[in-house]
Amino acid sequence: MSNKPVNHAKAAEHFLEDAPHLQFHDERLWDMRQKRDAQMHILPEWQELREEASRIKEHTLSRLPEYLEQFETNAKKNGIHVHWARDGAEHNRIVGEILKAHNARNLIKSKSMVTEECDMRPYLAKQGVTVTETDLGERIQQLDDQLPSHIVVPAVHKLTADVAKIFAKDYHTDPNIRDPHLLAEAQRQAARPVILHADAGMTGGNFVVAETGTFVVCTNEGNADLSATVPNLHIATIGIERLVPRMADMGVFIRLLSRSALGSPITQYTTHFRGPQKGGEMHVVLVDNGRSARLGMEDFWTSLKCIRCGACMNTCPVYRRSGGLSYGAVYSGPIGAIIDPTFNERKYSTLPYASTLNGSCTNVCPVKINIHEQLYKWRRVLVQHHEMPFVKREIMHMAGKLMGQPKMYRAAIKATEVSLSTMPRFVLYNWLNPWGKHRENPHPVKQTFNDWYRKNRETAKPAAAPETKK
Amino acid sequence: MKIGLFIPCYIDAFYPDAGIATLELLEKLGQDVEYPLDQTCCGQPMGNSGCNSDAAAAEALFVRNFAKYDKIVMPSGSCTHHVRDNFDAIPQTDEVRHVRENTYELVEFLHDILKVDAFPWAEFNHTVGLHNSCGTLRALRTASMSELGEKPFSKPMDLLSKVKGIRFATPRRPDECCGFGGTFSVTEEAVSARMGVDKVRDHHQAGAEYIVSADSSCIMHQQGCAERAGVPIRFIHIAQILNGAAQ
Repeated sequence: MSNKPVNHAKAAEHFLEDAPHLQFHDERLWDMRQKRDAQMHILPEWQELREEASRIKEHTLSRLPEYLEQFETNAKKNGIHVHWARDGAEHNRIVGEILKAHNARNLIKSKSMVTEECDMRPYLAKQGVTVTETDLGERIQQLDDQLPSHIVVPAVHKLTADVAKIFAKDYHTDPNIRDPHLLAEAQRQAARPVILHADAGMTGGNFVVAETGTFVVCTNEGNADLSATVPNLHIATIGIERLVPRMADMGVFIRLLSRSALGSPITQYTTHFRGPQKGGEMHVVLVDNGRSARLGMEDFWTSLKCIRCGACMNTCPVYRRSGGLSYGAVYSGPIGAIIDPTFNERKYSTLPYASTLNGSCTNVCPVKINIHEQLYKWRRVLVQHHEMPFVKREIMHMAGKLMGQPKMYRAAIKATEVSLSTMPRFVLYNWLNPWGKHRENPHPVKQTFNDWYRKNRETAKPAAAPETKK
Repeated sequence: MKIGLFIPCYIDAFYPDAGIATLELLEKLGQDVEYPLDQTCCGQPMGNSGCNSDAAAAEALFVRNFAKYDKIVMPSGSCTHHVRDNFDAIPQTDEVRHVRENTYELVEFLHDILKVDAFPWAEFNHTVGLHNSCGTLRALRTASMSELGEKPFSKPMDLLSKVKGIRFATPRRPDECCGFGGTFSVTEEAVSARMGVDKVRDHHQAGAEYIVSADSSCIMHQQGCAERAGVPIRFIHIAQILNGAAQ
């Protein structure tokens, strides 16, 4: 994998050039944000729910090993096989071995961000396993060989026409279909035989309950339930941070999850998996993949509270206008920008800068992660770790020096004004001046405030007005 | 109460009228205001970009300039946010703490400290759209935020509604960021400009003749976007309206 920093700004610029996609993307996600607001207004206890969810998650994370062991013990009692994966490679190996032991060649899979993190599909393909995504959006992304662009709605950046084109290629449907129902039906027809003849099913897990040794999967299409119940073998891949201590905690999170994500009161399917079906086998793979290291990061560990609702992405004005793929990472948007650098500091060093630090993400977060404050803190860390490009670093260094010296600073301001009023337009609006690419420069003024004050207050009232007023 | 006036760099260089209006307004309200001549910047650009250690010289100078005042007032929400919440490139002495605890953005100073209930000299016969910068809205909490579903309140609206003749237009996305974001406006130029255009169009479609804000940085960015995109809307700092702007 390349270590080159993701060029978010350039990818975003590309996304912005396509007006129909941009407008659809912005409005679709803003609509989800507005629906979320409406749901929030229905529940007077919304802020208490957020506080409670945050408290439960912080408590769980502070005693994570204890709760993980409790889950393992109880899950085993339920007849679930529990595996531990330190990283992506180990996860893939474990899954590969389970499939091999069952001679399973066809895996149907419900959307899971953790398997994306582990890059599992290419690994299994090499083992001769066919992986079919059962989530509609995720299947579209799979056919188009793209990462999910949103945690909850993976293909949200695509228009109906884009989907029609992809399906025409793989399902031989009419590329001119513009009816989403017909496209969904095409996917259904293509997926059903695969589902019915699958050897194994895989899901993620939204919540893992330590007290009961069970886990909960939430979907809107019911595809996870098909993946989990049609084949006899069910493998669930789950990040270790998805734990909650008690079944009684679930109410808090179930009430928050879909309301925050899509603005619907609840997901259509919220399934509690308690053990293997009759004659079947159930495996849970608990994945660390950098999570325990993140848990040790003083300023960033609370990002592990995330329940993956995507509310921060829906409200983020930068995400809405740059598209999820511009982040060049499994996790995009504000939450991605604080999680991704924990996977690779250099590659994702630009992402904490893909934000205006406006703070809306923090306000919508159902588990109260201080996302925009972590973005700010990441910038400091990245600069300390020399992950800021040299030129930008030098500009800030020089600016810092200048701001400490009033005389030099005054001279610089004068020079700026002179240049703004006298330099020809083509010099101001060339590629060296990003400000002027899509914006006019501020207008030059006759005198600065400082000049005005010296002229109108200092010289007119040499004794200084405040002294005489006392 | 002795007030030290801080005029942020871009107001000094590009919007001196907003600075003058701030000073005159505080004087009209009977305040004892002084403007230390050797001021430069609060350190926000360096702090914001992660180069916090480079903010030290600016922060030290800021403290040298303002430590002797009872209150420090500035017509800028984002600079106030920096001083109050992120001003830590230098050792936190008693002087530094005094400065941080007593720095106010103009609107909150008028609303919370002076509790001004009338601007008899002010008249503004126009329809305005209020732009709350994210610094004032979410960091200083000068208004309620749509994401939190709290009871609506707005300190800048409270003040503006005391001005004769003024009318308000409400955009569809009232507290969406305009995309300035400090160095973001340059490093993510394309997204920044798009956000700015969307913002000014939203206000224009709501019927605003003017966009009024307590932050000149947002104004500078939005004005640049509006002029380039040909959106016929004008911009004014809240201090100018409250001080009785020329019609």
